[in-house]
Amino acid sequence: MNYNVNSEGYYGEYGGAYIPELLHPNVEELKLNYLKIIQSASFQDEFKSLLRDYVGRPTPLFHAKRLSEKYGFQVYLKREDLNHTGAHKVNNTLGQILLAEKLGKKRIIAETGAGQHGVATATVCALKGLECIVYMGAKDIERQAPNVERMKMLGAKVVPVHSGSKTLKDATNEAIRDWINHPEDTHYIIGSVVGPHPYPDMVAIFQSVISEEIKKQIDGDPDYIIACVGGGSNAMGAFYHYLDNKVVKLIGVEAAGEGVETNKTAATIALGQPGVLHASYSYLIQDEYGQIIEPHSISAGLDYPGIGPAHSHYNDIKRVKYDSVTDNEALEAGLELSKLEGIIPALESAHALAYLKKMNAKPHEKVIINLSGRGDKDLNTYIQFTNNKNHE
Amino acid sequence: MNKLREVFKINKESIVSIYFSAGYPNLNSTTKIIKNLAENGADFIEVGIPFSDPLADGPTIQESGSIALKNGMNLSLLFDQLSEIKESNSVPLIMMGYWNSILQFGVEKFLISCKNVGIAGAILPDLPLEVYERKYKDLFEKYEIPFIFLISPQTSEERIKKIDQLSNGFIYAVSSSSTTGNKNGIESAEPYLKRIQSYQLKSPLVTGFNIKTKKDVVFATQFTNGVVIGSAFINALKKNASLEENITEFMSEYK
Repeated sequence: MNYNVNSEGYYGEYGGAYIPELLHPNVEELKLNYLKIIQSASFQDEFKSLLRDYVGRPTPLFHAKRLSEKYGFQVYLKREDLNHTGAHKVNNTLGQILLAEKLGKKRIIAETGAGQHGVATATVCALKGLECIVYMGAKDIERQAPNVERMKMLGAKVVPVHSGSKTLKDATNEAIRDWINHPEDTHYIIGSVVGPHPYPDMVAIFQSVISEEIKKQIDGDPDYIIACVGGGSNAMGAFYHYLDNKVVKLIGVEAAGEGVETNKTAATIALGQPGVLHASYSYLIQDEYGQIIEPHSISAGLDYPGIGPAHSHYNDIKRVKYDSVTDNEALEAGLELSKLEGIIPALESAHALAYLKKMNAKPHEKVIINLSGRGDKDLNTYIQFTNNKNHE
Repeated sequence: MNKLREVFKINKESIVSIYFSAGYPNLNSTTKIIKNLAENGADFIEVGIPFSDPLADGPTIQESGSIALKNGMNLSLLFDQLSEIKESNSVPLIMMGYWNSILQFGVEKFLISCKNVGIAGAILPDLPLEVYERKYKDLFEKYEIPFIFLISPQTSEERIKKIDQLSNGFIYAVSSSSTTGNKNGIESAEPYLKRIQSYQLKSPLVTGFNIKTKKDVVFATQFTNGVVIGSAFINALKKNASLEENITEFMSEYK
């Protein structure tokens, strides 16, 4: 079974590049060059040394003893939260900025939802002295003020997006429109394994450092790897080097929001139908006429109506099992990790943690949770949840 | 011969076509707009299928599309509306929309519906040439719906010539590297428009995106066979007079 993208940019029937002709040259330039550049020795040297000296990799694989004791099997945390900027996002933005530099681009654009990818992009732009423009939904700008300030402090221009639902999907539309309007000097740093080919493959390659490290850090094969899935980049990174090792069970956890049976959910695989959004064919939350339905999740990073095409394929061929947990289950799991291990996780990562309750692993089995980000940005949400609980 | 080819046979030099979003400003304005545009001399009309995430469109068309969606427009309803004027309307109609709308409706069902209501062509900007050729060309040809390709200033000569060979309607020359309704002046497109004119393509060329004034029309038709006006027309519909008066006033400037 082949888990990689084919030469035309598809994972099974998913993916491709459903782009207007206006974007053809931009995407073609990337498609023809990305592998050559990424595989070159000069790229690899710089990428690896910056991952070590700037990002702080390798990130630890931590055997969480109290959590293991509570659940009755061996829980390990892959500490992506310890990366510079506090999440796995920087693995990708660092790779892409080096690629943009090699392609001679002077101007960097990005979309952001919660602001994590925007901050990670602004960070590497500052590192490289490149102009940075981040598109962010007007609603998200209100909800995520600290990250907006961070991006500005790092020298980025944050452009509010007032179209559509004023959230991540609209910010992505606007970034793509910017790219249409600036076809020559601009590189678009997309934040997840979504968008037209070659983005899903390129972002997966940059994130694959996660599973590359896990392989060196764990004794033998893990029994399970669990990661949260919005667009699906941290999951891709954690699964990547284990896809063809069937001994390892892979689990992607989607955000059910208030429940998959409600209309306030972001569980794309659970509810979606295949269609085209942001230039890629994949599962989407949409109505019968193909209009995209605005998703809901307490975690802004999982609040996306689509999912990377590779995940759609892995779902259909049953290589990865996709399940979902609700807002409240994730919040509880985040509070539990804080108390049991002294680690406050991002709400995104808390979705992966919440899956522990749903598992029946044996005492000796090794379960790796990809702890994709830290929870500082989510403190207000945690506090509100705790206060509400205390009042009940 | 398809209806589009007839239009270009009669008028080779200054086609004026108009784009609007179906269901805007009101759910039932679609057929009124077509009727009034026809009476005021539009050579063909592009009927926009509103989509929640229109990648290639600027703010004006985005807004008209989202209002149309709020009004309740959808593709089934649009085909119903168009079938009502099938007999009375003589101006060729082109469907313009995003691929996901067609996919969810069903590609073959879409083409059959187009044929049933007498549609003269389809512009589906995010269905790329390669996928069209590999998967859908035979189907479009079976139902005789010309697939209209876009080209931009960045499109290579080789690719333009390939597009010309695959085209059986016209080629839509996007005037600059931009989304629709951009503020760029059309004059900056001169080297590009001259270049594509010099290729002497078999297909007629129509310039679109950023055409606003009569002056733009005169300029673009020096090099191509006509123009498409979209955002400027939608802005005109927002004026205070009746729909009929707004359309008459708008078209009087161009014809």
